[in-house]
Amino acid sequence: MSFTTKFLGATAALALTAGAAWADGPAIIYDLGGKFDKSFNESAYNGAQRWAEETGEEFAEFEITSDAQREQAIRRFAEAGNNPIVMAGFSWGTPLEAAAADYPDTNFVIIDAAVDAPNIRSVVFNEHEGSYLVGMLAAAASETDTVSFVGGMDIPLIRKFGCGYAQGVKAVNPDATVISNMTGTTPSAWNDPVKGSELTLSQISQGSDVVFAAAGGTGIGVLQTAADEGILSIGVDSNQNYLHSGQVLTSMVKRVDNAVYDAFAAGENVEVGLNVMGVENEGVAYSLDEHNEELITDEMKAMVEEASAQMASGELEVHDYMSDETCPAIDF
Amino acid sequence: MDAMPKWADVVLVPVVSLLLAAIISIIVFVAVGQDPWEALKLMSYGAVGTSDNLGYTLFYMTNFIFTGLAVAVAFHAALFNIGGEGQVLLGGLGATLAVLFVPWPHWTLALLAGSVAAALFGALWVAIPAYLQARRGSHIVITTIMFNFMASGLLIFMLAGPLKPVGEMQIATAVFPETVHLPSLHDIAQLFGLDTFGRSPVNISIFLALGACVGVWALIWHTRLGYQIRAFGQSESAARYAGISAVNITMIALLISGALAGMMAVNNTMGINNPQLVDNAAGGAGFIGIAVALMGRNHPVGIVIAALLFGALFQGGAELSAATQIPVQIVVVIQALVIMFTGALDEMVRSPIQKMFLRYGNKGVGAPAAVLPEGEE
Amino acid sequence: MSAQTQGGQTPAIELKGISKAFGPVQANKDISIRVMPGTIHGIIGENGAGKSTLMSILYGFYKADSGEIYINGKLTEIPDSDAAIAAGIGMVFQHFKLVKNFTVLENVVLGAEDGPMLRPSLRRGRQQLKELSEEYGLNVDPDAVIEDIGVGMQQRVEILKALYRQADILILDEPTGVLTPAEADQLFRILNRLKEEGKTIILITHKLREIMDITDTVSVMRRGEMTSTVKTTDTNPADLAERMVGRKVLLRVDKKPATPGEVVLDVRNLDVVDEKDVHRVKGVSFQVRAGEILGIAGVSGNGQSELLEVLGGYEEATGEILLNGQPLDLSGAKSDGQSRRARGIAHVPEDRQHEGLIMNFSAWENTAFGYHHDEKYQKNGLLMDNSAILKDAQEKMDRFDVRPPNPLLAAKNFSGGNQQKIVVAREIERDPDLLLVGQPTRGVDIGAIEFIHQQIVALRDAGKAILLVSVELEEIMGLSDRIAVMFDGKIMGERLPSETDEKELGLLMAGMTDTDAPHSIEEIEQNLAHAGEAE
Repeated sequence: MSFTTKFLGATAALALTAGAAWADGPAIIYDLGGKFDKSFNESAYNGAQRWAEETGEEFAEFEITSDAQREQAIRRFAEAGNNPIVMAGFSWGTPLEAAAADYPDTNFVIIDAAVDAPNIRSVVFNEHEGSYLVGMLAAAASETDTVSFVGGMDIPLIRKFGCGYAQGVKAVNPDATVISNMTGTTPSAWNDPVKGSELTLSQISQGSDVVFAAAGGTGIGVLQTAADEGILSIGVDSNQNYLHSGQVLTSMVKRVDNAVYDAFAAGENVEVGLNVMGVENEGVAYSLDEHNEELITDEMKAMVEEASAQMASGELEVHDYMSDETCPAIDF
Repeated sequence: MDAMPKWADVVLVPVVSLLLAAIISIIVFVAVGQDPWEALKLMSYGAVGTSDNLGYTLFYMTNFIFTGLAVAVAFHAALFNIGGEGQVLLGGLGATLAVLFVPWPHWTLALLAGSVAAALFGALWVAIPAYLQARRGSHIVITTIMFNFMASGLLIFMLAGPLKPVGEMQIATAVFPETVHLPSLHDIAQLFGLDTFGRSPVNISIFLALGACVGVWALIWHTRLGYQIRAFGQSESAARYAGISAVNITMIALLISGALAGMMAVNNTMGINNPQLVDNAAGGAGFIGIAVALMGRNHPVGIVIAALLFGALFQGGAELSAATQIPVQIVVVIQALVIMFTGALDEMVRSPIQKMFLRYGNKGVGAPAAVLPEGEE
Repeated sequence: MSAQTQGGQTPAIELKGISKAFGPVQANKDISIRVMPGTIHGIIGENGAGKSTLMSILYGFYKADSGEIYINGKLTEIPDSDAAIAAGIGMVFQHFKLVKNFTVLENVVLGAEDGPMLRPSLRRGRQQLKELSEEYGLNVDPDAVIEDIGVGMQQRVEILKALYRQADILILDEPTGVLTPAEADQLFRILNRLKEEGKTIILITHKLREIMDITDTVSVMRRGEMTSTVKTTDTNPADLAERMVGRKVLLRVDKKPATPGEVVLDVRNLDVVDEKDVHRVKGVSFQVRAGEILGIAGVSGNGQSELLEVLGGYEEATGEILLNGQPLDLSGAKSDGQSRRARGIAHVPEDRQHEGLIMNFSAWENTAFGYHHDEKYQKNGLLMDNSAILKDAQEKMDRFDVRPPNPLLAAKNFSGGNQQKIVVAREIERDPDLLLVGQPTRGVDIGAIEFIHQQIVALRDAGKAILLVSVELEEIMGLSDRIAVMFDGKIMGERLPSETDEKELGLLMAGMTDTDAPHSIEEIEQNLAHAGEAE
């Protein structure tokens, strides 16, 4: 009766071949928002793409369109024989935990969440450390002693960014004011540049002259408005300095691409267990390139380099909001 | 209306609609440089090619049966409940509250409690739009759309706030206790020594859905309430004459509709492998229910068939985008085309076919008065 | 236009062998007529005889399967209504196609504008409207808004629209259905005037009297065929009725004098104000006794419908209604149709298509309509006993000679008369104390009218009270034992049929008491327009 069932006969033969094109190879599953989100997913995609270009091999990929599809997507690739299977986003934690045990011979990589299982590699980032560094730069660059933060959806992870940022600011200038706003409490807060722009304007009116956006697609509006209004901004996840050359102070780079690249490169034998990517191993960093070299003075550079070294040595410990859901430097 | 025979109405029209959708889909596939035949084969394989895939198809079918029935019951009262999406979300909230915090000793009790709570929450969510429609004449389409937004907001508030386990970031509740997890068809099949449906989430609530079909069938065609609902739906003025209360029927029909939509949540919260309530749990099923009901001609049998088709379309579409480089957006376009042709453009297909039968057919059952455009008043 | 063919040999319209089938139904079968210019030609036939189909073909709504149309001797293709207008054909529909909140002038010009700018069209329109109005004595104010003017005036606007588009042939479909006798007379004067000016008029009607009064020639249609065409002077009503039905028809209701008993229905100072805050029924009082028929006459929209609705339990009212001495609840809020039925009131509503029947329900389901709570239709306490209803339906349909006697057929598939028989059977078989009957024979063929009237009289003779509301004076005169006339929500007076005539009732229907001085049609019109935000 339908065109789908009409070809039932053809399917039996197909069963063996379908999906075989990329079977055995690595697979990546993106989170909601899609692979071209100019942010987190895109960064993951770039890592996979870089691997494909360097090796000349192919990988399988899938974009989910609703939360309900997560487990199905994991199982689908596992059944097809893909290995390793990489998924980017903390929301994969629960479904992966449930599914992974059924495929002991497949290795999984989850980014931004920690799942404890013998065949899972968990990659988490010390966003608070990177945010601390850009916070220091913000405080040093600010002339009004007021800086601000625009978060995307109000979740602990984003507060972790904001908390690290505020700590960095206070470390340089204990009297500085840090204004913080979250775009919203729903996933749409990741993609609301208009709201981001409004929040930035409001923060500017309160005196802010450096704004840090940790808000996915919303950040595009934050950076645009900052540039239009002549204040400095700080990008996130990818290096966003180029977006408004000379007006983006720096970016808090989170090397999701490296995490994906490394996983793909390691192949089926990817190392399992927890993998923390911090300042120490360049998982998070502040970005410095031709677009912002004028903005970062040698003093500032020396200051953050020192802090980085201290973090690496354990001398400086930045408080992680997610460890106890409190922040010493700012109230959200 | 009776200008064409019944078989044309229930079979020919949907088939022609599907063919049209298929033709446009083929054009889309060719436009994005994909072999349509391959795509079709992949989708078929994805939908029914393995017993695991079939399981997913049946899982989606279960969802669509509930929302299709919900839309159909309201349709019979000439009410367009477009708020299935929100009612599903609230149903999910109800089911979650009923099973997450109460240590039910056995899944049967949890199923009962979860179903009742889901139905209750779904019904409650439509109660205000229903009341506004019945008493104040506020259009149910507008109000239920707004209630969809509110449901989404409320759910996210609950999932991001009170229901979120401490330290978790996913917008979701904790995983339900193992004791309340509904047996999947895989589990059931294993009792009979069969290994089918793999790890697909199709579960015992498919029987709940089929039971609901029987219930709706009996309600609509074999009870006084159903009689009154249909009479009211066919002619409000006649219902008034017959002493059928518009307010009561509007309320009752919509409450039943909301309860049915809410019950879908049993399937997609308690039924899934990893039972929990996630954000956007309805996943558009509330809207697909409209197409399912239209295509199924508001009859439970038709709804089951249409739900199966849409389930296959969804599952096949997921496979298509996983196994090829076709962007997921194109797959969504294809799915939307089918929904549009079978749902919204139904009349576009129907009326030419009807005209054709008028012109050439001589098997029509219409008696003279039906087709003669004589003035009656 | 130039086509003023003087009384010559060329017919204004000639149809040759027109046939049209809708699926299995032959709506028009080999129809040929000639209508001479400057004459009024009547087409008469029962509902479903194919009159409207024929006119729809002539106006381009349908395409004939075969046959030819000649306009002024010239073979003319009429694929759509634009072509019909171009050929000089104008149509006045039964249901006016006017924009309610536009003025007369705007309505006339609408669709016949000269160009994209409205102003020049309106200026030219105003001038032409004035000329046409004077030439044919139409007497219409171009700046009046449609919803403010009476039905008769609206109809004249329709005629003006056709004339403005230079129609030489005017087709009027059941034009008097909504008019008072006086307004109908006025219309006929206008039609005669148009005829004198050389226009050709085709009048479609099912009313024998109109055919006799105004037409020059008349064609009778039956079951899609044109059975005969005669000079009006060569025929008479009984003859026409026989030609229409195909057998001898009793035009008068045969009934014995009434023997009224106890008062069954006592209405005291009833007032109805509808949702739009319009005062529909104003202080009405009357009684109906057992064994009598009280007929309520009036132009439609003067409060009769609301009166029936109140009695039927689905309209709110103030005042008092006693049934067998016990008061009825008038709040209307409880949708009290159920308790009315329980109290012994049955109701054949005015509008069987929108009230009395669910058109998409089968006949058997309609048999339980309104009585679906009856014990005999239930089983197991939970379910409806569909087979019991079906059986009951079959019996009723057999007794009332409903054709086809198939209870599985949807109500919409029955002819108007048979639909009405289904309703009448359902209500009369309840053996009610009081039967409310609204427009029992509207859109019902002559054969069925006879039967339905007999059933109503039989119920009266069985000692039941009957309240009859009808806009057909003939029906009121023929059936009623007493007549009350409603106008503007009030009862203008009560008469005995033996002591009154159509002229007097016509005046009362227009709001004039017999003591009022002779009147002009304008006066009546004003009165009606004033009274009736009627529709």
